[in-house]
Amino acid sequence: MIRVSPTPFDPQAETAAFAAGHTEAGALASFVGVCRSETGAVTALHLDHYPGFTESEIARIDAEARARFALIDTLVIHRCGMVRPGEPIVLAATLAAHRKPALQAVDFLMDYLKTGAPFWKREIGPDGERWIEPRADDYEAREQWKEK
Amino acid sequence: MADARILFLGRLAEIAGGRERALPLGGPASLGEIVEALGRGDPELAAALAAPSVRVAVNQQIQRGREGRAGPGDEIAFLPPVSGG
Repeated sequence: MIRVSPTPFDPQAETAAFAAGHTEAGALASFVGVCRSETGAVTALHLDHYPGFTESEIARIDAEARARFALIDTLVIHRCGMVRPGEPIVLAATLAAHRKPALQAVDFLMDYLKTGAPFWKREIGPDGERWIEPRADDYEAREQWKEK
Repeated sequence: MADARILFLGRLAEIAGGRERALPLGGPASLGEIVEALGRGDPELAAALAAPSVRVAVNQQIQRGREGRAGPGDEIAFLPPVSGG
């Protein structure tokens, strides 16, 4: 399941609901990305997105993960709008029969979301605002999957 | 003349002075012509839209460079580099 949420979400509750009833799954892996503020440098993060397009691009990344790894199910929740420090930005969770595909698929999803999910981040701090674009190492992280 | 709906995402909205704009079009035009029309009289926006890192989607379909065409009633979105996660 894929969801773009304009309001805060509870990763624990979402993950529990996602895993509920899947007795065939031997592995549940998840990653939660949180809005961070080092020494109060960030008061908020604003995530612009393109409704419809953003969801379909995340769905493409999700489909790629499902094609590559032996998964039972996947869950991606991504915030949009104004996110405060301490609030989750993204949750990627996978269910699989075994540990490796579950863990690897979460890593893969995050590497692809980082450079491929259509969000535009603006960091708002006491000294003003700045746009955040992917770093070179974000693109490198994505590239590593192409050799495998 | 009917309008095409133009969307400026991310920092492009700041440069364009708004997220959305209506562009009157007499008929189908190349993306190159549309970019030129949008940048007329606004060199900063013209330069931003010409950047190869900015992708263009017509009706939510990513186009190759500026090769596609669009017309009245279409939605044309300009997308700077994305950063999720």
